[in-house]
Amino acid sequence: MSITLNEAVELVTLEADLLDHGDFTQWLSLYTEDGLYIVPIDPDTEDFEDILNYAYDNAEMRAKRVQRLLGGRAISAAPPARTIRLLARYRMLDTDETTCTLRCAQMLTELRQGRERYYAANVTFDLVRTETGLKIGRKVVRLLTSTEALTAVSYIL
Amino acid sequence: MTTLPDPRSLVNADYADGSIYSNPDLYDMEMDRIFMHNWIWVAHRSDIPEAGSFITTFVGPHPVVVTRDRKGDVHVMLNRCRHRGATVCENKRGKAASFVCPYHGWAYGLDGALRGVPFQDGYSGQLDKAKYPLVSLRVEEYNGLIFATFDADIMPLDAWLGRAKPWIDLFMKQGAGWPVKTMGEHKFTFPGNWKIQLENTTDAYHFPIVHKSFLDSVDGETQNTFDFVEGEGYVEDLGHGHSVMVMIPELVDLEADLDAPIPERFQELAEGLSKDYPPEQVRRIVRAVGGSGFNLNLFPNLACSMAFFRVLRPLSVTETEIRHIAIGMDGGPKLGNDMRLRLHEHFQGPMGFGSPDDAEAWDRVQRGSLAGRDIAILLNRGLGHEARREDGNLFSDVSAETGMRAAYRQWLAAMTDVTAACSKNEEESMA
Ligand code: FES
Ligand SMILES: [Fe+2]
Repeated sequence: MSITLNEAVELVTLEADLLDHGDFTQWLSLYTEDGLYIVPIDPDTEDFEDILNYAYDNAEMRAKRVQRLLGGRAISAAPPARTIRLLARYRMLDTDETTCTLRCAQMLTELRQGRERYYAANVTFDLVRTETGLKIGRKVVRLLTSTEALTAVSYIL
Repeated sequence: MTTLPDPRSLVNADYADGSIYSNPDLYDMEMDRIFMHNWIWVAHRSDIPEAGSFITTFVGPHPVVVTRDRKGDVHVMLNRCRHRGATVCENKRGKAASFVCPYHGWAYGLDGALRGVPFQDGYSGQLDKAKYPLVSLRVEEYNGLIFATFDADIMPLDAWLGRAKPWIDLFMKQGAGWPVKTMGEHKFTFPGNWKIQLENTTDAYHFPIVHKSFLDSVDGETQNTFDFVEGEGYVEDLGHGHSVMVMIPELVDLEADLDAPIPERFQELAEGLSKDYPPEQVRRIVRAVGGSGFNLNLFPNLACSMAFFRVLRPLSVTETEIRHIAIGMDGGPKLGNDMRLRLHEHFQGPMGFGSPDDAEAWDRVQRGSLAGRDIAILLNRGLGHEARREDGNLFSDVSAETGMRAAYRQWLAAMTDVTAACSKNEEESMA
C-alpha cells in the first residue's frame, strides 16, 4: 500500500514539534542515514550539491548542528531563539509503497532578545519507509526570502 | 541649523568615541566623504564574464548597474533614468542588449548611451540625446577586482591599492592555476554600524572566544591550525587604511611548500582528485581549496578574507548588510569546488557555524556602545610591541588592533579632507 497523506503528515508534524521544543537528539533519529537537510538560496534549482546553500547537511553536519545548539558555546544560540512553526497546505506530490514526496507550507515565528522575526517557506519532504518506520530522506526548506538579506538563524528551520 | 560633528574629536590614534557607531550626522558625512571619494569595490570580473553581462549593486547608498559592453569594457553607471529618475534595471544579474526604463521607455546601451526616446517629437528637436547618458562612475580593475568611484580626482586604483597589491595576487592563487570565479553568496544584515564589521575582519583576538562552537565542530588538526592568537602571525598596516592579518603563516603563499603533508580533512578530496590529476597538481588544488591563511582588509568595503570576499554595505547608521561571496576555480574540478562550497556553508552565512556568532557580537557592540556618554572604544591592543618594517609598514602580533588603527587613520583623513568633501554638507551646515 502506498504511503498515505496521514502517515506523512504525522511524521513531519512530529518533526516540527521536536524542533520547536528543542528535542534535537530525537530529531536526528527521524532522518535516514544518507538523509539530507537542505536550505537552498536559489529558489529554482534542484541541483543543490554544486551550488551555494544556507545549509546542506548530511548526517555528520546535522549532528554537529545539534551539538552546536545544545553545547551552550555558541553566543548566538545561548540561549537559543524560541520558535513556533505551523505546517499546513499539505499536498502529496508522489507516493508509492516505499517512498513519497510531500509538499507543504511552513510559517515560523522566532523570538530572541526581544525581537520577533518571521520566516515563510515552502518545504518539500522526501520520505522513505524503512524497517524502523517512516523516515525523512530529504527535507528542502525553500524560504520565501532566500535571495534577500537574512538575519542570523541559529536554529533549525 | 545643524553643526556637523568634528571627526577629530571622535577618533584618536588608539581609541574612538562610542558615538561613532550611532551618530546619524556622522553617518551622512561618511556616505559623502568616504563612499563618494574613495575607490569602492563593486564586482569581481567573473560576475560579468561576457559582453552584455550585468549586475546591479550599490556604491554606498547609490544603486548602480555594472555592465560589460560589446568591446569588453566595464561600465559602472547610476541606476537612474535621466528622464525623471526611475531605476532602469531591477534584476540582480543577467544578460542584456540594452536597458529600457519602464516608465516612459527611454532606452540606454550597455555603455549608458541614450539610444531611444519614444515619441521624441514632443521635444520639438530640443532634446540632445548625447547629453543624457546614464551617469557613469570612474572604473578601474586590479587582478579581477573591479572598483568604482564618483571622484574624478582621487589617485588611480593602482596607487590606492599600493602595498596591498601583492596580497591580492597571493589571494588569487586560490584559483590553483584556473581563474578565480565567484560561486554565490550569503547575504545578511545585522542591526549595527558598518565600522563594527570593518573592524571585525582585522580582529583575530575574538576568534577563539566567539568561534568556540565552530572550533568544537572541526577535527583536532583543524583546531590547531585555527589556534593562531598566540602564534607567529601578524597584522600589518599596508597604507590607505588597508591592512593584512596573517593568521596562518604557512598558508600565505599557496604555491609554496607543496610538499607539506595534506591535512586529514582533505585526504578524501586528494584521493578523489588523484584519479584525474598528477600528484603535484593534486597538492596545488588541495591547498587552494583550503583557502589562504590571511585576511586582507581593503578600505572601506572589501575584505579578501581567507577563502571568500566579505563585502559590507551601510544601510543606515545602525544597520549594515554583509555579503560573504564564495569563490572557486573557474573550470577547475567539481570535487574541489563542491568542497569549497561546503566549507563556506559550514562557517559563513546566516545558518553557518561562525557568522551568526559574529553577528551576535556586533549586535552587542551596537547596543552596549549606547550606554553612557564619552566612553572610549579601545583600539590600543598590540601597540606596545608595534614596530616598523623596512618598507615603512607598521606591524604587530596577529591579535593586535593595528589593522583597525590603520582603517581609522584613513577614515579620519577622508573625513577631514576638505578638498574631497562634497560641498553639500558644508552648505547645509551654513543654512
Ligand atoms: S523616468 Fe525613465 S523614461 Fe521617464
Ligand atoms: Fe569572526
